[in-house]
Amino acid sequence: MAPSSLQDAAPVVVVGAGQGGLQVAASLREGGFAGPVTVVDTEPGLPYQRPPLSKAFLTDDGGRSRIELRSAAFFDEHGIGLRTGTGVVAIDRTAGKVALEQGEFLDYGHLVLATGATPRALPVPGADQAGVVVLRTLADATTLRGLLRGPARRVVIVGGGFIGLEVAAVAAKLGHQVTIVEVLPRLMARVASPELAAHVAEVHRDHGTEIVFGRCVVALRGAGGAVRAVELDDGTLLDADVVLVGIGAVPKTDLAVRAGLDVDNGVVVDGRLRTSDPAISAIGDCANYPSHHAGRRTRLESVQNAVDQARHVAARIITGSDEPYRAVPWFWTNQFDLRVQMVGIPQDQDERVVHGDQVTGRFSVFRFHDGRLNTVESVNRAPDHVGARKLLATDLRPTAEQVRRAAFKLDPRNFS
Amino acid sequence: MARITYISPAGVKTTVEAEDGSTVMQTALRNNVDGIVGECGGNALCATCHVYVDEAQFAGLGPIVDFEEELLDCTSSPRKDTSRLSCQIPVTGAVDGLIVRLPETQE
Ligand SMILES: Cc1cc2nc3c(=O)[nH]c(=O)nc-3n(C[C@H](O)[C@H](O)[C@H](O)COP(=O)(O)OP(=O)(O)OC[C@H]3O[C@@H](n4cnc5c(N)ncnc54)[C@H](O)[C@@H]3O)c2cc1C
Ligand code: FES
Repeated sequence: MAPSSLQDAAPVVVVGAGQGGLQVAASLREGGFAGPVTVVDTEPGLPYQRPPLSKAFLTDDGGRSRIELRSAAFFDEHGIGLRTGTGVVAIDRTAGKVALEQGEFLDYGHLVLATGATPRALPVPGADQAGVVVLRTLADATTLRGLLRGPARRVVIVGGGFIGLEVAAVAAKLGHQVTIVEVLPRLMARVASPELAAHVAEVHRDHGTEIVFGRCVVALRGAGGAVRAVELDDGTLLDADVVLVGIGAVPKTDLAVRAGLDVDNGVVVDGRLRTSDPAISAIGDCANYPSHHAGRRTRLESVQNAVDQARHVAARIITGSDEPYRAVPWFWTNQFDLRVQMVGIPQDQDERVVHGDQVTGRFSVFRFHDGRLNTVESVNRAPDHVGARKLLATDLRPTAEQVRRAAFKLDPRNFS
Repeated sequence: MARITYISPAGVKTTVEAEDGSTVMQTALRNNVDGIVGECGGNALCATCHVYVDEAQFAGLGPIVDFEEELLDCTSSPRKDTSRLSCQIPVTGAVDGLIVRLPETQE
């Protein structure tokens, strides 16, 4: 493929103006792409960041401008067509067109699916009552913020994952009585090491939060259409005025399914992030890709993943490059004064070395699989995180024995 | 509202109006000032929003908290006495007229 020039650059249409979709458009323009670029999103208004929705946004009085990714002028200045408040309803692959809700069509030379994910619904009776919320959009966050204002209430968090824990921390700080219900025996079980999970649980308990492990919610009881209690599978009733359901998200793949693209826990893409139709790419929360770092297929939900995949696809559109996608995955979460960062993709069975001090809450967990370092988790040790990101981007790997030495230090500047 | 001036390594000046409650990093991104990446969204986790604050104005910005302090040792371009992470500089009337110089590299 020849690099695009003013004459031959075919239009790019991006479905979804979230973290990934916006980045595709921005990177296309940064890279000098001259063809038409249009980003379409069902949600109204300017694209915004989701991470603050479970953190500062819930306590701030700030409006949406604080979390917007770009100003309105950015789209004008860069000739990026932003169509928000209207969804893409169908893809016509033969004609190279997408259909919008209002019956309008957009031609594409390349189409990017950046449709994100939707919160998994709690499949129990009573989940549709007032006071029961999920958290994905600005509208969800505004509802939750309203519920957390006012007199101290009883807040039950269903699911001990990142979003649930972040909201639990905010709710506890606001003076609510918080209970977390997690079906597995530890927090963040899918990704965090036992050391990290235990530390996070301890910090939540120190703030008065109760954590119920190994139980699942069987019903939400209410009165007059509003939730009043959460019923667990051992018959326990937890009083509740607010219930936040944070039990994971499912990728939005309906468009891809209807267009006949391969879909399996997300839109299936190859190592270049192309779907089963090479004129269509998929990125971010909705994409299932073969991860170089995990050595298997995976679907990640993080800002890094959406942004780096967006940059990769934009570069491929501009240059026609056949480079595989290899960015190092990383993620962060903030809860109380805990600033937790993870880099890499952990495997189930691993050997772990802890550096630092779990008592003062500044430590890093180095995780090895088959003797090879693959993940570093840091708690209030950002320099380790920055260093680990640089290290994992190279082929260098310290051994567990080297890391175990007290003098071991990850100096980011060694790898720059 | 405050006016903030960003000076690129090549000496190009861009002055923009910043909104109260925003940060010097966010203001740069929203106004498309090149040279600040802000990869972590302003969480003091990435050190890609490094700036050199005008010497005369540095002290007026208030103290640097420990996690910013640590991360300033991870910047891609060398740290100087006036280095700050721009995501940790909130916009208030007090920073009106702030001048920051952008480093050669952020990543
Ligand atoms: C509350 C919360 C807190 C988070 N905190 C962190 C964090 O601390 N750190 C971190 O790394 N990550 C965090 N994440 C995850 C991160 O925000 C996501 O991984 C990231 O937003 C994914 O980007 P995306 O572009 O794939 O999807 P999104 O940002 O979700 O964007 C997808 C967009 O596509 C639109 N769309 C879907 N279907 C259509 C259609 N048919 N037509 C038009 N538009 C459509 C949607 O409306 C949506 O706006 C958090 C997420 C949430 C919800
Ligand atoms: S934006 Fe990441 S440290 Fe400032």
